[in-house]
Amino acid sequence: MKIAVCVKQVPDTWAQKRLDPDDKTLDRESVDGVINELDEYAIEEALQLGEATSGEVVVITMGPDKASETVRKALAMGADSAIHVCDAALHGSDALATSLVLAKVIGDRGFDLAIFGSESTDARMSVIPAMVAERLGQAQLTFAGKVDVEGSTVKIRRIAEHGYDEVTASLPAVISVVEKINEPRYPSFKGIMAAKKKPVERLTLAEVGVPADQVGLAAVASAVESFESAPPRAAGTVVTDEGDGGVKIAEYLSSQKFI
Amino acid sequence: MAEILVLADHSGGEVKKVTLELLTLARSLGEPSAVVVGAGAGSTVDALAEYGARRVYVAEDAELDRHPVAPAAEVLVQLVGPHSPAAVLIASTADGKEIAARLAVRIDSGLITDAVQVDADLTATQSIFGGSVIVKSRVTRGTPVITVRPNSTAPEAAAGPCEREDLSISLSDGASRAVITNRVEEKHDARPELAEAAVVVSGGRGVGGADGFKVIEALADALGGAVGASRAATDAGWYPHQYQVGQTGKTVSPQLYVAAGISGAIQHRAGMQTSKNIVVINKDPEAPIFEVADFGVVGDLFSVVPQLTEEVVKRK
Ligand SMILES: Cc1cc2nc3c(=O)[nH]c(=O)nc-3n(C[C@H](O)[C@H](O)[C@H](O)COP(=O)(O)OP(=O)(O)OC[C@H]3O[C@@H](n4cnc5c(N)ncnc54)[C@H](O)[C@@H]3O)c2cc1C
Repeated sequence: MKIAVCVKQVPDTWAQKRLDPDDKTLDRESVDGVINELDEYAIEEALQLGEATSGEVVVITMGPDKASETVRKALAMGADSAIHVCDAALHGSDALATSLVLAKVIGDRGFDLAIFGSESTDARMSVIPAMVAERLGQAQLTFAGKVDVEGSTVKIRRIAEHGYDEVTASLPAVISVVEKINEPRYPSFKGIMAAKKKPVERLTLAEVGVPADQVGLAAVASAVESFESAPPRAAGTVVTDEGDGGVKIAEYLSSQKFI
Repeated sequence: MAEILVLADHSGGEVKKVTLELLTLARSLGEPSAVVVGAGAGSTVDALAEYGARRVYVAEDAELDRHPVAPAAEVLVQLVGPHSPAAVLIASTADGKEIAARLAVRIDSGLITDAVQVDADLTATQSIFGGSVIVKSRVTRGTPVITVRPNSTAPEAAAGPCEREDLSISLSDGASRAVITNRVEEKHDARPELAEAAVVVSGGRGVGGADGFKVIEALADALGGAVGASRAATDAGWYPHQYQVGQTGKTVSPQLYVAAGISGAIQHRAGMQTSKNIVVINKDPEAPIFEVADFGVVGDLFSVVPQLTEEVVKRK
């Protein structure tokens, strides 16, 4: 089985994120980049499925030069090779453009499965897997809390508010996984050394075959008009419990008409 | 007036509160039409009309419930073409955002997710980076597709004349590739859904174990709210992962958020910071969660929370 796992480099969640005042995009240069935490679950799932089927796992990322650190991490965990789409024209791409590029790479190379994390911790839109599935005309198996492949059939548990749905499709399919579907492995020393020799294919936009006018800031379908820091919350009242803490809160809730 | 399409969220014909919020919002943008998909769709018409839907497009076909997400997107695609609405509003839930995603691709239109406000000129406000930055943006291509967070608008009834139009939908191959073979209900309590709830009571590591969550649940029930949890609590297996609030869990924005035994790490605050009122119970006066508290008590949650529960019940 040929498995693609799509990963994204995001700002460290502990870092203070800011928007660039000039082009109103996320300033990625001034903060440390880390692999999107939810993508680690996607990598682990891809590796497990790859191991079970003697398959091949290819990491795909789209992002600036710096994103190669993220690719190395995924390779150190055990993926076989990587594709890094890196082109200045991609800066500022929205979800439509990002999904266009990823779908082109995935579609052209004929993967059986493309696995994503269910969300990135920076943009938090949770839309790329659905967009890629729509573009490829493949089954969308997202928010998976469990994935099983048997022959050419793939079955997942789609985690939902009510519990879960069991969803089945024939390969090829697009999957996204939720946190805690598995326990992502730590790269071993051997893995880290081996990753240095694994093939990483760097592709420009032209090599991917997507016209430059369909991506990046020039092609965005929505535009930020303005942004500002949220007004700080007005300082609240804090009291120390002297045996009446619960009653004090009840009085506050009463004053706010909650009870 | 321009038509605004609102995708109605319902379960077996019972309309969700977020849909009434969206209809209320849509009335300030144009003339709302509701779109309702799946088994039981037809029985929602009266409730939708009561909140101002002037037209309800009904796609009532059990086949549409057999596939996740894609059928609703197809229904919207088939309506957007002939009707050219001014915007499409969808609830910002996991399903809603994926429906919006597929729709935006198909009609090649801009998508804004997680809006907390939409102005008459269709400028959408989002609260990003865990509530620290407020962004205003606009769709610049195609028909704006906007997903709106639950609890962003107070629902107000506005009954009026309403036309029902039944649709017959044929699904594309792509939309029917994934098949739901079984639905498993794991939620056995009658509490409101976390993302929609007006009141959320959350517990963290301070709750000490699965058993400790009974104290949290009792307060949630007294207030008619949902239960949430920090990642420390879900990681430890004390409470199911679906209830995690924060960066990698749910984002909630209720009228009232109660945090008990939660320190307030940046990743937790990212999921609750935009709540209207925040009440904190924590025994450490230095806990960062107090920075966002409207009202806080420094104390042991095992004495404060039960006393509060008792007091709430007494005052009802
Ligand atoms: C990439 C990433 C994503 C993350 N996503 C999330 C997320 O989605 N949601 C989330 O919550 N966290 C998330 N985290 C984890 C986050 O950093 C914190 O570790 C977590 O929120 C801590 O949970 P807590 O506040 O319950 O536990 P702690 O930080 O251990 O705090 C427990 C608090 O309970 C108090 N306490 C203890 N006993 C009592 C008592 N008897 N009475 C009153 N108070 C008591 C203590 O004073 C303390 O303040 C994420 C972390 C990373 C790196």
